[in-house]
Amino acid sequence: MLKHLYDTDCVTWSPQGKLFQVEYAMEAVKQGSICLGLKSNENVVLCSLKRQPSELAGYQEKQFKIDDHMAIAIAGLTADARVLCKYMRTECLEYKYTYESHHPVGRLVFKVAEKSQHKTQSGAKRPYGVGLLVAGIDPNGVHLFETCPSGNYYEYKCQAIGSRSQAARTYFESWFHLFEKSTLEQLILHGLSAIKKAIMEDEELNEKNVEVGILGKNLKFTHLNAQELRDYITKLEQFSPNSQIQQE
Amino acid sequence: MYIPVNEVQKHFKSETPMMSNITHKSDQWSPYHDNSGTVLAIGIPGAVLVAGDTRLSNGYNILTRDATKLSQLTDKCVLATAGQYADFIALRKFLQQRLQLYEFQNEVQASTQTVAHLLSRELYSRRFFPYYTFNLLAGLDENNHGVVYGYDAIGSYDQMTYGVQGSGQELVVAVLDNQLKGYNKINKTFPQTQQEILDLILDCFSCAAERDIHTGDNVEILIITPTGTERIVKPLRKD
Repeated sequence: MLKHLYDTDCVTWSPQGKLFQVEYAMEAVKQGSICLGLKSNENVVLCSLKRQPSELAGYQEKQFKIDDHMAIAIAGLTADARVLCKYMRTECLEYKYTYESHHPVGRLVFKVAEKSQHKTQSGAKRPYGVGLLVAGIDPNGVHLFETCPSGNYYEYKCQAIGSRSQAARTYFESWFHLFEKSTLEQLILHGLSAIKKAIMEDEELNEKNVEVGILGKNLKFTHLNAQELRDYITKLEQFSPNSQIQQE
Repeated sequence: MYIPVNEVQKHFKSETPMMSNITHKSDQWSPYHDNSGTVLAIGIPGAVLVAGDTRLSNGYNILTRDATKLSQLTDKCVLATAGQYADFIALRKFLQQRLQLYEFQNEVQASTQTVAHLLSRELYSRRFFPYYTFNLLAGLDENNHGVVYGYDAIGSYDQMTYGVQGSGQELVVAVLDNQLKGYNKINKTFPQTQQEILDLILDCFSCAAERDIHTGDNVEILIITPTGTERIVKPLRKD
């Protein structure tokens, strides 16, 4: 396929009906380090693996609070993610100022998707190179959304994006039927188990390279601190989803 | 209002003054209403105590006995406002939004000094249609000492150890000058503990409620310390 004939800009279709620039943008998401999210009836948990560009550098943050009831985990170009993060935060603040209530999650995700879509229909712009997992709680319930550079968005029970995310998704496919009724602790352990499937053989999870954010109906978004992460990673060794089935 | 004899012509259409000829200046609509009430704040090493009565009035009428004049803006500072309640709400909303944005951008909550300056700038930005608010900003500074900032309606502010605003201001501030600074005090003994300061605040509000018709119903007290905020509500005279 003579891709290079049709991939110069967003305003050129390929004969197969693809916009290659948008597809290339989605590749940028697949190159980012893994982040995943999973939800129960009461809580949403976001787990991500933080990358360290070199020994001298810090670890790149992957999760950002948008408002008390909403947070995102990013995979892809961090700079693009910051732009979307700022947009989402401003929208939430304005909504809270006008309506004295929290921005409905789906509505905000839609706004982000719309913003992303504009970038795919112009000769002078490029799509955002970042995928977001948006975790949020509103009167409609507990939500987890994924947004794409293409401008599409989907709601999920659990999802993983970024490099080697297929391994995490496979874990989810086996166990997601347990998530609905899981406690917060079980949800966190499932998330960490899924991330463990996606790391390289010589890597290991520790409190520096893993980031866990939790959100609940009565729980504002918080990150687990270093001590809590260490405790959960230790508990991970004893954890098996089978034991959860036996409890029920 | 009397009309001088040599100016009668100006005011009446005909020679003989009749009621129908007299032009009255009509009551101009005003965007401002004074919902009154009293607020005070006292800073001590390690804590700050902020108090406000809960009565809202309009002239001789009571609008509610149950409205708060205090607003916690950050973990460490509280805004106390007397004056027009609508302007208090608008000002509070602006500050809450602006401070959340500050927290996103700087990854840390604004210090009391920062909030104080922000409030001053916001008040001055409305120099030509002011917020009808008489504010006290009370909080813990960087060393966790209690500080109080007092404002006028257009943002002029200064740091103080204690401050009072509102309809009972003159009644209460004189008592605090005496009790906390020792002005005109013969036996110079000062309250030492937080409990003594709390008792002093309750006494001040009871006194204000006796003489000021706009102060009463309940007094709401917030005690800000580095470990958290405590809230106390005590009843006052309801007449």
